[in-house]
Amino acid sequence: MIFKVYFCHHYSIAGIYAGDINHPNIMTVGLFIPCYVDQFYPGAAIACLELLEKLGVTVVYPKNQTCCGQPMANSGFEHLTHGCNELFIKNFAEFDYIVAPSGSCVLHIRDHLHDDAHPDKAAHISSRIYEFTSFLTDVLKVQSLPSKFPHKVGMHQSCHGQRGLHLSSMSELVAPGFSKPGSLLNMVEGIEIVPLSRVDECCGFGGTFCVAEESVSVKMGKDRVTDHLGHGAEYITGVDMSCLMHMEGILNRQGSKVKVLHIAQILNGSPLAP
Amino acid sequence: MNNEVKDHAALADIFNADEDRVNWHDETLWWIRAKRDKAVHNIPGWEELRETASQIKNNVLSNLDKYLVQFEAHAKANGVTVHWAANGKEHNKIVHDILTRHNVNRMVKSKSMLTEELHLNEYLAENGIDVIDSDLGERIVQLAKEPPSHIVLPCIHKKKEEIGELFHQYLGTPAGNADPQFLTETARHHLRETFLTRKVALTGVNFAIAETGEFVVCTNEGNADMGAHLADVHIASMGFEKIIPERKHLGVFLRLLTRSATGQPITTYSSHFSKPRDGQEMHIIIVDNGRSVQLGREEFRNSLKCIRCGACMNTCPVYRRSGGHSYHNAISGPIGAILAPNLDMEKYADLPFASTLCGSCSNVCPVKIDIHDQLYKWRQVIVKNGYATTAKKASMQVMTFTLSSPAVYHTGGKVGRWFMRHAPFAVNNKLNPWYKQRDMPEPPKESFGEWYAKNRKG
Repeated sequence: MIFKVYFCHHYSIAGIYAGDINHPNIMTVGLFIPCYVDQFYPGAAIACLELLEKLGVTVVYPKNQTCCGQPMANSGFEHLTHGCNELFIKNFAEFDYIVAPSGSCVLHIRDHLHDDAHPDKAAHISSRIYEFTSFLTDVLKVQSLPSKFPHKVGMHQSCHGQRGLHLSSMSELVAPGFSKPGSLLNMVEGIEIVPLSRVDECCGFGGTFCVAEESVSVKMGKDRVTDHLGHGAEYITGVDMSCLMHMEGILNRQGSKVKVLHIAQILNGSPLAP
Repeated sequence: MNNEVKDHAALADIFNADEDRVNWHDETLWWIRAKRDKAVHNIPGWEELRETASQIKNNVLSNLDKYLVQFEAHAKANGVTVHWAANGKEHNKIVHDILTRHNVNRMVKSKSMLTEELHLNEYLAENGIDVIDSDLGERIVQLAKEPPSHIVLPCIHKKKEEIGELFHQYLGTPAGNADPQFLTETARHHLRETFLTRKVALTGVNFAIAETGEFVVCTNEGNADMGAHLADVHIASMGFEKIIPERKHLGVFLRLLTRSATGQPITTYSSHFSKPRDGQEMHIIIVDNGRSVQLGREEFRNSLKCIRCGACMNTCPVYRRSGGHSYHNAISGPIGAILAPNLDMEKYADLPFASTLCGSCSNVCPVKIDIHDQLYKWRQVIVKNGYATTAKKASMQVMTFTLSSPAVYHTGGKVGRWFMRHAPFAVNNKLNPWYKQRDMPEPPKESFGEWYAKNRKG
């Protein structure tokens, strides 16, 4: 395996050259934007697309994509996800990699995407789909970023990304500490990551849990938000917009000035984009 | 208390009506989780220990038939009477028969979640037997006429003032005295009399060793020992999954159990019982009660590895904020939510949904049960068996229809966002559970898909 370093503007990448597929200038990435991000948080999706492009990746957004099917599956209706599975395979089977700004949706595809008619295509997608930050750290091997963000930021560990995709070490386990999204945030100039009392407690979003178990969901969200606020966070960021949407709903109801931002917006240096 | 008609979400709503209490409950249990973290981080081989325990239990679950027979043979050779109970009814009758044979109408019982599961106390009470729970926490909830809310910390939902009030009412302590030292001392005197006068003592079993026919009972208060050593008859009730193959395996489990449960290196008392002392009778009741059915459910078999440490409850962000009683089952929390549907899928259909699937439970589990994955799998089984509500089924079908068609999805998204911008009252109202305590996200003018079509040539 030969290590090559590519410089694209001010961004440096140490990509592993192992045939064309891993060459950042040749590979084509299919961008999967989860349904609720597409509808409510286009800024997060744009930041994700722009940063990948700046890093020299050819990105294609298949326009007929909808959802990974997780809302049905986590509610016990996995048997209703055929339509979503077929669509997903149709939209993404051709790509070298699939990247999505969500740990939760990626985990769902990795664990549950299946199609009896195209098992090979489903397996290809499951093994080639990456959550956005881990694509940057594990495939592109990003070494530096030119972004600036001189603010106090609380990093929310979204459970599915953390415990499901192992994006960072987990407080329950006796294992060395690491954080893929954290290592990228550390490349941002001026950023101050605030410590938290409970480093990886769930925010309580939980998909349909957020409405089916409204009181517990809200209480969990309030407690997470309080932890961030208590440590002086001006922004709360994370890899999953769903957790952030839930905490944003609570912050706004409380009249707080603290904002949520998807990590791609900070890494791309475009926090104020739409 | 009529818990049967209310589901987890409804009971959690009631618990959350008092936010200060929720905060107190959450912080108390989080403190125990933090103690557990501190203890396990002192063991460099902790993850290896968990893996070893998990593998031993795999072996046990694959060879239960052999180990149980081996255990029975050795226990009998030790002079112990072994009984087999297919369900709670059989178990409770065996206990009652032993009491009747000894002409006894009072019994002391140390902590046993199995007898909670089998509703032994209620059965014996109906038959005129007075049972006193000797575990302090269990005694407190017994006085309060409530079930335990936690398998290790039965009265963790009670504040010391409430316990002082109960003791005042039942044990004659002065009103308003909630000094823990004083209350504990009172309980000691009260229980001492019970220990000295009861002829029959029932204990649970933490580990039953196939190789020797011995069993081990772990307590912090020594109450199992006090009961068993002073009584003429010792009855030990165990679920059949409590078997471990050899004595040497105890070292693995005893190191894991209390560190996971409370952060202590080991229980204060880990008492080994092998044979009755001279003149004493010893009985072991081996109980199935749905365990063989669970053993046959391949996806859920691993739940039988549970050693009842309660770590999954302490770490569960939902349990901490909904309380043990919201699970309306003897065993609450994440482990209860994967065990209960096996016993009655309809009654406990709500429990696997009382989770965000955050996965913290699986990470703290000392025997590596894939708890959150099983919660997901139970959801599928429950829905397939027809226990989803009509409203939920309908909403899932609408969602499936929308998300399976790009055209419907794009139009739906556009229309939805238009309504949110121009008629926010359509979503910002009491009928929307999201909006009750959270604002809706600000709907943007265009979706990412619409932006992409304008800004990138596809």
